Amino acid sequence: MVDWINVIVQGVLVGGLYAMFAAGLSLIFGIMRLVNIAHGDLIVLAAYLALVTAQTLGIGPILALLIVAPLMGLIGYALQRLVLNRTLGDDLLPPLLVTFGLSVIIQNGLLELFSADSRRLQAGDIEVASFPVMNGVSVGVLPLVSFLVAIAVISVLQFVLYRTALGRAFRATADDPAVAQLMGLDNRHIFALAMALSLVVVAVAGVFLAVRANFDPTFGPSRLIFGFESVIIGGLGSLWGTLAGGILLGVAQAIGGKIDPGWQMLAGHLAFLVVLAIRPEGFFPKVRA
Amino acid sequence: MPERLLEVDALDAFYGDFQALFGVSLRIEAAQAVAIIGANGAGKSTLLKCIAGLLSCRRDALKLDGQPIGGCLAHEIAARGIALIPEGRRLFPSLTVEENLLIGGQLARRGPWTLRRVYELFPMLAARRNLPAPALSGGQQQMAAIGRALMANPRLILCDELSLGLAPIVVRDIYAALPAIRADGTALVIVEQDIVQALKAAQHAYCLQEGRIALEGPAAGLTREAIAAAYFGV
Repeated sequence: MVDWINVIVQGVLVGGLYAMFAAGLSLIFGIMRLVNIAHGDLIVLAAYLALVTAQTLGIGPILALLIVAPLMGLIGYALQRLVLNRTLGDDLLPPLLVTFGLSVIIQNGLLELFSADSRRLQAGDIEVASFPVMNGVSVGVLPLVSFLVAIAVISVLQFVLYRTALGRAFRATADDPAVAQLMGLDNRHIFALAMALSLVVVAVAGVFLAVRANFDPTFGPSRLIFGFESVIIGGLGSLWGTLAGGILLGVAQAIGGKIDPGWQMLAGHLAFLVVLAIRPEGFFPKVRA
Repeated sequence: MPERLLEVDALDAFYGDFQALFGVSLRIEAAQAVAIIGANGAGKSTLLKCIAGLLSCRRDALKLDGQPIGGCLAHEIAARGIALIPEGRRLFPSLTVEENLLIGGQLARRGPWTLRRVYELFPMLAARRNLPAPALSGGQQQMAAIGRALMANPRLILCDELSLGLAPIVVRDIYAALPAIRADGTALVIVEQDIVQALKAAQHAYCLQEGRIALEGPAAGLTREAIAAAYFGV
């Protein structure tokens, strides 16, 4: 019994990380109907950037994040402004193809630079620190911190979207890009800001990924799948739903892994398929008028 | 000599290979109301789209204060003080009424129009400020669309089919608000199917027929016969 409680607690905490993978993806899709296939690879890119920053400057992961987050934001702005804006239109296919190509480029670029060896970002004692919550169940400090950070990230995104002028501009542009231009909003700039925000979230997710597990250049696509599954389970357009989706996915994987280590991924995908079958709109969809 | 605000000079407009406007020229003075009438497909909305920057055109086909603005992007034109109230209102559905108004005001151009003044002009909106825009009735949505345009403190407002789909009594309320808008020096271009309403609200009128100006003159001086001839061709 205690074993199972432990499994579920660990699954919930991993779910926070998945929600962070998903939040940036969901933001971009919501604002400009762009499905970013390179999202997972951008997470891995952020992880490598954090690794290089931490090693060359001899600083910890949190300080490295303070450098990597704005850097990823700049990369996001430039990527959207110079490349992705040109692919947007009535057709969903061009951005899909271009981000798919970007995914291939990032993976192979990282492979060339860092080889296929798996890496890990060292965080010191915190990596293994934990505290007992009840007899036989203990919670790792690092998973707990990443879960709390995920909640903080989603709260901040929620605040930006619904309480600031920038968020208002995002929502207006998502509703009706042509009329938003009539209000003096430059779509190209608004979309670039949205991508910048998305990649700042990616940077946070990437750093926590890098500290929690070994990663290598081919790690991106499976992170993308986890992100997608979290978004779909939670329901499109709802950030808190995405957190719930991430948690459900994390718990399903943990339970699968407990039964047989080989079943971990399978159990997650099965849970996703079950949700798709019985509730294809997800648990907390934001219904559009 | 009144101050010339906008000059449209031999404007041609295209949708791909299809030419929708042929050498359209007109002038709008500060605080003037100009009606543009014509049958369906005559090019009225196309003309407004060109002026607002949603359709591109020759650089010197549009002049604001004598400065060429043809081919500028829509957000640049908006920043220079031309607002378009689009046909069918097109409020932002996921924003509240007040958020819609604030989006209109985010250009932060100086001028008399503020949230408070818009609510004074349309008290019905004040009571519904926190409702989502789609919860308003058609007439209230049109008021919100007008308010959203006013919030940018524009020098010229292009009104595309203000009366579309609204009850006559509501249309009367909406047109009653226009003199207050002009009193602050804002010029209006009124595009309408409802000729009587448009001519009553305007000082000058142009009639478009198949992409060309078929008739123009002071709104009060146009006879029914002349309008009928310009509408349908002879």
